[in-house]
Amino acid sequence: MLKTISKMAVYGAVAFGALTATAQAAEDYKLGLVTFLSGGAAGPFGVPAKNGADLLIDALNAGTVPAPYDKIGINGVKINPVYVDEAGGATKQVSEYRNLVERQGVNAVVGYISSGDCLAVPGVAEEMKKVTVLFDCGTPRVFEEADYKYVFRTAATATMDNVGAARYIAEKVGNLASVSGINQNYSFGHDSWNDFTTSLEKIKAGVDVATKQFPKIYAGQYGAEVSALMVNPAEVVHSSFWGGDMEAFLLQGAARGLFEDQQVLLTCGESALYKFADNFPEGAIVGARGPNGVFAPKSALNDWFVKEYEARYGTKPTYPVYHMVQAIMGLKLATEKAATNAGEIPTDEAVAGAFEYLEYDSPAGKIAMTNGNGHQAVQEMVFGQVSKENGEVVMKDVVRYAPSCVNPPNGVKAADWIASGFEGAVCN
Amino acid sequence: MNLALAVLVDGVVYSSWLFLIAAGLTLIYGVMKILNMAHGSFYAIGAYSGASLIGVYFAGGNPPWASYLLLVGAALVAGLIVGLLIERGFLRFMYGRDEVVMILVTYGILLILEDAIKLLWGVDPYFAYQPYTLLGRTKIGGLSFANYDFMLICVTAFVALVLWWSLNRTRSGKILQSVIHDREIAGALGVNVTKIFTITFVIGAFLGAFAGALTAPGISVVPGIGIEVIILAFAVVVIGGLGSVGGAFVGALIVGLSRALSVHLYPDGELFVIYGVMGLVLAFRPQGLFAIAGARKI
Repeated sequence: MLKTISKMAVYGAVAFGALTATAQAAEDYKLGLVTFLSGGAAGPFGVPAKNGADLLIDALNAGTVPAPYDKIGINGVKINPVYVDEAGGATKQVSEYRNLVERQGVNAVVGYISSGDCLAVPGVAEEMKKVTVLFDCGTPRVFEEADYKYVFRTAATATMDNVGAARYIAEKVGNLASVSGINQNYSFGHDSWNDFTTSLEKIKAGVDVATKQFPKIYAGQYGAEVSALMVNPAEVVHSSFWGGDMEAFLLQGAARGLFEDQQVLLTCGESALYKFADNFPEGAIVGARGPNGVFAPKSALNDWFVKEYEARYGTKPTYPVYHMVQAIMGLKLATEKAATNAGEIPTDEAVAGAFEYLEYDSPAGKIAMTNGNGHQAVQEMVFGQVSKENGEVVMKDVVRYAPSCVNPPNGVKAADWIASGFEGAVCN
Repeated sequence: MNLALAVLVDGVVYSSWLFLIAAGLTLIYGVMKILNMAHGSFYAIGAYSGASLIGVYFAGGNPPWASYLLLVGAALVAGLIVGLLIERGFLRFMYGRDEVVMILVTYGILLILEDAIKLLWGVDPYFAYQPYTLLGRTKIGGLSFANYDFMLICVTAFVALVLWWSLNRTRSGKILQSVIHDREIAGALGVNVTKIFTITFVIGAFLGAFAGALTAPGISVVPGIGIEVIILAFAVVVIGGLGSVGGAFVGALIVGLSRALSVHLYPDGELFVIYGVMGLVLAFRPQGLFAIAGARKI
C-alpha cells in the first residue's frame, strides 16, 4: 500500500513538473515590471514608463488596443503587473529579480533603465531560464560581451544616439570647427561622449574638442562647467544629461547666455521637452533615443496611444514611455506566436525562440530584433531642433536616419564599427 | 586672465552655496554633538517648499520682486516646523546616547523624510526659475555671470557675519559657547541646556532649509537632492573641523576653489579633488583645520 502511494506521489510530481515546464493554462499572466519609482531617475524615466505600462496593460486587458494587439491581455490571459522599484543598485536588483521569479512566480520580466542593472540581471535571467525584456538602458555591451537565450532588448542602444548626433551636426551645423561636451561622470556619460567624438572624427575630420566636462551625476551645480564652456567656446555643446541634471544645466547656462553663442545638443532632450518647454533654448538640437514622442512616425497605433496617454495623464508621452510600451508589445507578440492554443502561456523556451529576430510595429514605428543574434532591436534615429511657435515647442530641421545608418551590423561591436568608419552602413 | 577670473568667481559662488548648507550642520554638531544625517532633508524640504510657493506665486501674476521674500519665508516656516518636530518628537528622547547611535537615529530620520517628501511632492521636478533670471547677468572680463549668484555670495557673507556676531558678541552666543565647551558644567551653572538644544536645532534646520530654498531657482528640484548635498557638506565640515562655524567657512572656500580649479584645468579630476583635499587635510590635522583637540571624558 505504502509503495503504491509513493509511486502515485512520484508520478504526480513528475506530471506536475512536466506540466509546469511545458505550456500552462493560467488565470492571469504575472508580469514583473522593474522601473525607477524613487530617486532622481523616477521623475524623467521611471514613473512615466510605469504610467505607460499601466495604460497599455489596462487597454490590453480590456481588448481596446488597435490591431495587431487587439487580443485580450497576452494570448487571451489577463495581465497582472507586479512592480519593483529599480532604485538601490545592481546587487539589490539581482536579489529582486530572484524574488520576482521564485516567490512571485512571474511569467516574464520587463524592466531596467540603468545600464548597470542591464549588465547585472541577464546572467541571473539565464540561470533561471526566464524571459526578460530590457526596455530602456543604453549600453551596447549587453549583447556584445555575451550571448543570451532568454534576454532581449526592444530599444536600440545609445550608440545610435551619438552616431546620429554626429551625423546630424556634420550635416546641419555650418562652419563646424569645434565641439565641447558636458556629460555625467558615469558609464552612460563617458560612452556617449566617446561614441560621439569618435563618430565625428570619421564623419568630419578635423573638428577640435574645445573642452570636455564630466561632473558627478546629480551634481546640480554647473557654474564652473558653464564658465569652462564659455572660456573655450565651440559651435556645439554635446550632452547626454537627463532629468534634473539636464534641467539645471539648461537653467544655469541660459541665465549666463551660454546658448546664445553655442548650440546645445541633448541626446536625451526629448524626455523633458513638455514639462520644461519654457526653458528649452531656441535651436537646441534634441534627440529622443529613437523615433519616439515628437519624432514618432504617423500611424493609427501611435495616434491611439498618444490620445489615450494624454487623456489619462494630461501630458504627451516621452521616450521612456515608448520604450516600455514597445517592450510589452514585443513580449505579447512573441508569446502569442509561440502559443498553439488561446488562453495558453507557452514555455519560456518557446517564447524566447519566437522572440528571436521578431519584427513588429509599435507606436515608435518598426522594431526589428536583428542585432545580438536576434535579441537586440534596431530602430531609426531622429534629431531635430527646438523652435517655439505661439508658446508651443515644435521641431524644425528634422532628419531621420535609417537603422542601418546608425546601428552596427549584427555581430559587430559598436566601437569597432565606428572605428572602421561605419563599414556596411546604409544611409538614406 | 579669463581663466583666473572664472576660477575665482566660480569657486566663490560654489563656496557660498556649500557654506550655507554646512553652517547649520556644523552648528548642530558643535552644540549638540549630533552629526545630523537628516540635514540634507532640511535642504530638500526648503527647496521643495520654495519651489512650490514660487510656482503658485508666479502663476497668480504677482509682482516678481517679492518672490525673494517668499523664498526666505518658505525656508523659515519649513525649518521651524521640521526642526521642532524632529527635535521634540525624536531627538530629545535620545540625548546622552553615543554619537554613533545618534548618527543612526538621524539616518533613520533622513530615510523617513525622503519618503515623506516623495509622498508630499511626488517624483516630478519642480521649477522656480523666475527669481534666478530676474536679476539679469553681468559681464566681467568677457564672461557673463548670473547676478543671482552674486546675490548668493552676499547672502552667505551676511549669514556668516550674523553667525559670528551672535556667537561672539551677544549674551546668548556666549551661553551657547558655554554649552559647546562643556554642557554639564553649563547646566550646573544654570544654563537651560534643553532649551539651547531646541533653539540650536531649529536654527540649524532653518539654515539647511534656507540653503535649499535659495538653491531652488537655479536647479530642478527632484527627489534625492538632499542626499547628494549632505555628502559634500560633511566634507566641508570635516575639513574645517566638526563644530566650528569659522572652520566650515574656510572649508567651503577650500573645496569651492579647488573644485573650480580642477573643472577648468583638469576636468577629469573634479570628482576626486574634493575628497583628495579632505584626505590631505585629515592626514596632517585629523581633527580638521579649526577644531581644538580635547581630552575625551571617560
